Amino acid sequence: SQAAWCELPSRVLLVLTSQRGVQMYDSDGSTMVFWHALDVPEHPAAHSVFARGIAAAGGRFVCVGTSFGAVLVFDIPPKGTNVTLSEVLEQHRDPVTDIAAEQGQAPDGAGDLVTADDSGTLCLWSTGEEFTLLGKIPGSGSSCSSVRLWNGIVAAGYGNGQIRLWEAGSGRIRAQVSAHARWIYALDLAPLTGKLLSGAEDSFVHVWKLSRNPDTDDIEIQHCHAECVTDTQVCGARFCDPAGDTFAVTGYDLSEILCYGPA
Amino acid sequence: MSARTLPLLFLNLGGEMLYILDQRLRAQSIPGEKARKDEWTDVDRKRVMNDIIATMFNKKFMEELFKPQDLYSKKALRTVYDRLAHASIMRLNQASMDKLYDLMTMAFKYQVLLCPRPRDILLVTFNHLDAIKDFISDSPGILNQVDETFRRLIETYNCLSDGEFQLIRQTLLIFFQDMHIRVSIFLKDKVQNSNGRFVLPISGPVPWGTEVPGLIRIFNHKGVEVKRAEFSTAGNYVTPQREGSFELYGDRVLKLGTNMYSVTRPVETHMSGSSKNLASQAKENIAPNPLAKEELNFLARLLGGLDIQKPAGGETGFRLNLFTTDEEEEHAAQTRPEELSYKVINIEATQEPGRRAELSRILGELEVAEPRPGSAEKGEDLLALMDGL
Repeated sequence: SQAAWCELPSRVLLVLTSQRGVQMYDSDGSTMVFWHALDVPEHPAAHSVFARGIAAAGGRFVCVGTSFGAVLVFDIPPKGTNVTLSEVLEQHRDPVTDIAAEQGQAPDGAGDLVTADDSGTLCLWSTGEEFTLLGKIPGSGSSCSSVRLWNGIVAAGYGNGQIRLWEAGSGRIRAQVSAHARWIYALDLAPLTGKLLSGAEDSFVHVWKLSRNPDTDDIEIQHCHAECVTDTQVCGARFCDPAGDTFAVTGYDLSEILCYGPA
Repeated sequence: MSARTLPLLFLNLGGEMLYILDQRLRAQSIPGEKARKDEWTDVDRKRVMNDIIATMFNKKFMEELFKPQDLYSKKALRTVYDRLAHASIMRLNQASMDKLYDLMTMAFKYQVLLCPRPRDILLVTFNHLDAIKDFISDSPGILNQVDETFRRLIETYNCLSDGEFQLIRQTLLIFFQDMHIRVSIFLKDKVQNSNGRFVLPISGPVPWGTEVPGLIRIFNHKGVEVKRAEFSTAGNYVTPQREGSFELYGDRVLKLGTNMYSVTRPVETHMSGSSKNLASQAKENIAPNPLAKEELNFLARLLGGLDIQKPAGGETGFRLNLFTTDEEEEHAAQTRPEELSYKVINIEATQEPGRRAELSRILGELEVAEPRPGSAEKGEDLLALMDGL
């Protein structure tokens, strides 16, 4: 199960995913705005059924991934409950893991949405009345567990502990980091500064800084800070502010949310 | 959640149970010639292990187990092990059975948590099976059954992706969430903290397929590496030597799932935990379980299908004590916190078709059409009623 705030120009929705499907609530959690059930087979199939991966996109849509590989695109009205399923994107052949919308300024031709799956495949889209597939980056054996998109840079975290940065426009790899010793569970990006947060099962949370070299146009990534959450497998990590000065961490068997900030 | 988790949960917990029983039986056994009528001998021990393993790997049981399905509640699963532990001439009191189950579950929780890669959970399972084959190495019939299950595991799981294994792992971790029973062998080995949480090492070999953290590589727009940088952390990792074998025979490399008990290291558990943990466990027991009836039907079918050897006339059952003395066992039974009691269901289900039909009829009569107003415990009522069978 996942929960995410989807910020659209007109409203903020709380979107929840589970084995049954997708639920959308008003920002104070009081009213259920919409509910989409996934087709669940009579008897439990060998392949699990679930929705996973949530993102607000194009100022108008909420996209949700599924275990079938399909990405559901919901058209959200500025007010009320008349949410409609506008499109089903079927480019992934493996369960969708994460979806991210552009958090900064997309360079020309770079697309404003990225979707990721269990095979490590990334798809780049341009959103609109009809979504267009701009490019596909094939996986190389490791699941891409989480993804972010900022100024045309795709930041992807993998099950083998690697972080990779891809150029969204060309689909080329620009950086590879042996970041963690275990499965990366969470990535987050602070759009004002380009700080990247990664949390993994190895108990570590790392803060990185993304940037573009204006002369060479190379994408750079620097390590800023490491935190070890002793004896805890980190399951969630998020920046608490758009500059990335503070962040929150959750872990398995942990009933607390840990918050980290400047000294 | 993954519908393929139950076989792995069952086989690994079963494996841990056998390690513990074997250790206790060895610790309490007396050489054959010197033994009195009510004391354990080596022959008895081998017989108990054979009986339990034969029951565990029963063909029909395995077929049911491998069908895609959700995990059952802790209660339902505990009942199966209760039955399994009594598949031979051995008897266990409630306190000993509780302790056995605590040890089994904490051991497997530890193994799941520390698995380097999600698919290494399969290597852990293979470690258990390798050891089980060793226990019954001189019984070719049972050995065959175990090999059959081994092959089934390979067929079902070897082809799954990392993502699917991670889902299985998450399903297992949710099952074990908030369990913090302290085990003295873990505490002594500094593998568990005094608050019940496991120690997660930040050193040692990285999983197969992962690089030692520290390297940053930058590529230009042509894909050529133009810069390297390093970063350091508190971790102290090394490259692994080789990958474990996923074949029927082979070096698994991973030590998780191998027998950590020996005759000289008695195992104790400590019942206390922080009140937070107890509260959350208590809440779990009270919440209505809509699957309860489904589970009972499944269990009744399973237990009815189990080929349980009852002691022949004249043979008495031997009692095994998981504690060092009878007084300790008695004390443990009296002081076990209410929240941690397993509320075991006793189901008498046999092969006789007459009894089976009777059981189905009784289950049918127990069907509650709709919850009584104000009743939050539909599942609980059914389970309580089954107690009286």
